[in-house]
Amino acid sequence: MSSKANRTTPLGLRISAIAGLLFLHLPLALIFLYAFTTEEKSFEFPPPGLTTKWFGVAWTSRPDIWPPLYLSLQVAAIATVLALIFGTLAAAALSRARFFGRETISLLFVLPIALPGIITGIALRSAFDIMSIPFSVWTIILGHATFCIVVVYNNAVARFRRLNGNLVEASMDLGANSFQTFRHVILPQIGTALLAGGMLAFALSFDEVIVTTFTAGQQTTLPIWMLSELIRPRQRPVTNVVAVFVFIVTLLPILAAYYLTREGEHTGGSSK
Amino acid sequence: MTTAVAERQRGIGGAISDLFFARPQLVTFLLLTPPLLWIGVVYIGSLFALLLQSFYSLDDFSGLVVHEFTLSTYAQLFEASNAQIILRTVTMAALVTVASAIIAFPIAYYAARYARGWTKALFYLAVMMPLWSSYLVKVYAWKLILAKEGIITWFANELHLRWLLDGILALPVVGGPSLSFSYLGTFLVFVYIWLPYMILPTQAALERVPANFIEASADLGADPRQTFRTVIFPLALPGIVAGSIFTFSLTLGDYIIPQIVGNSRLMIGQAVYTLQGTAGNIPLAAAFTVVPMLIMAVYLWMAKRMGAFDVL
Repeated sequence: MSSKANRTTPLGLRISAIAGLLFLHLPLALIFLYAFTTEEKSFEFPPPGLTTKWFGVAWTSRPDIWPPLYLSLQVAAIATVLALIFGTLAAAALSRARFFGRETISLLFVLPIALPGIITGIALRSAFDIMSIPFSVWTIILGHATFCIVVVYNNAVARFRRLNGNLVEASMDLGANSFQTFRHVILPQIGTALLAGGMLAFALSFDEVIVTTFTAGQQTTLPIWMLSELIRPRQRPVTNVVAVFVFIVTLLPILAAYYLTREGEHTGGSSK
Repeated sequence: MTTAVAERQRGIGGAISDLFFARPQLVTFLLLTPPLLWIGVVYIGSLFALLLQSFYSLDDFSGLVVHEFTLSTYAQLFEASNAQIILRTVTMAALVTVASAIIAFPIAYYAARYARGWTKALFYLAVMMPLWSSYLVKVYAWKLILAKEGIITWFANELHLRWLLDGILALPVVGGPSLSFSYLGTFLVFVYIWLPYMILPTQAALERVPANFIEASADLGADPRQTFRTVIFPLALPGIVAGSIFTFSLTLGDYIIPQIVGNSRLMIGQAVYTLQGTAGNIPLAAAFTVVPMLIMAVYLWMAKRMGAFDVL
């Protein structure tokens, strides 16, 4: 902390770090640029001309965009609620107890994102086949909730670990029962972490395509719509307009989640 | 005082609270059962269903699945064409992992050791945003970049480097008609998409390197390079291994990136997708998915031994 000399950054390190960050961000700028191009048959660079008409086209003359959008919103909302319930329960249990097999169980909850999505997808699909479950909104939700649990779990478990046990004991000593303690002491402290986890889960589900292609059957979510547009493009700039929209819809919850968990660091109830 | 408390604790809520207090294991059990049932039944159950299918086989004449135990489906994995798919995918995953580690390290190192205050927040957001933003949008962005008429070709023309681009595309194996139909393109997109998964754990590991270790190393006469090689890097390694779990596993199972940016030679994910879809050969598709599962099981076991899970 004291040595000031260490703070001067080596130039090579600074350049490679900044180059790395540019590599991460510049490609996304092109998505925005191509939403305004006048060329709809190829990805010509630089765009021969700029126009805003594709936003109007996407809004008015492409009815094929709306049903997938509604389906995606519906799936993401329900999957998020399920993930919030199960993820919080799992985090509450695994952060407070020490018992045999605890490590294995926590690995179990991480497994759906540690294993490639295609395995989750085909496994669910073959299970639906075996049990003759027809594809529906619920088969999509089932898959999404399974990997969204991890996101909520990760967020919640970190906050539960920081939760000050003294506050819970104090609450009980003062006569509150378990439910009152949960409502008035625990929930206010984990609330922002849950909200953040829920938002990330929503963003993850809204955007998911790999598992969904296996559990959707003939249904089309917004990412599946986009995938088919990528493989068989029609009006390419319209796909860009939708891509910009999807980008913003997933970005806002992420920023909100970041903001919430940052604030949370100061209100963790840890006594100094 | 105590009687007053006892008075208030009566009622059903109070009785349950007393029970919870007396038996904390019961609380854990009650909390854990619903999520465990979900993961256990939905996820693990499905995995076993899949595993079961891989021991069935497809009748070549009728095209129907024969529900009898056999290992013949697994034997098919070793046929030249299938073994090549596996080898190709594992090679790609390994290369993507190494490249991600190399690009990620300076970013993680800078963020962990030099960034302070608002630059630290900026770095964190700059990694989190691409990590969470839409997967398909990111793949699509690279379709735009790598297209024959796209920005890379334009830059190559402007800088009079067209010969270099054409030379790279003319290379055997990695080249192709254009970047978006070559292994090189697939590789670039994989590295781009999974890079944040490598940065975050590496940064987490670097942040845990105690500052006094580095000072001690310097006091004992090590120059900065020696300190890096013998103190910082070994302590950062578990983080890199943790990151590689993601880059490796995600590359093994992805079928969308090589489908959109890549040549026609299949990777494991695409093979699984076509086998279960148009070909209807669920047993072979299932056997194919066992390959990444086995690889990842070994990988996770080794990673755990290296302490990678502490960084996650």
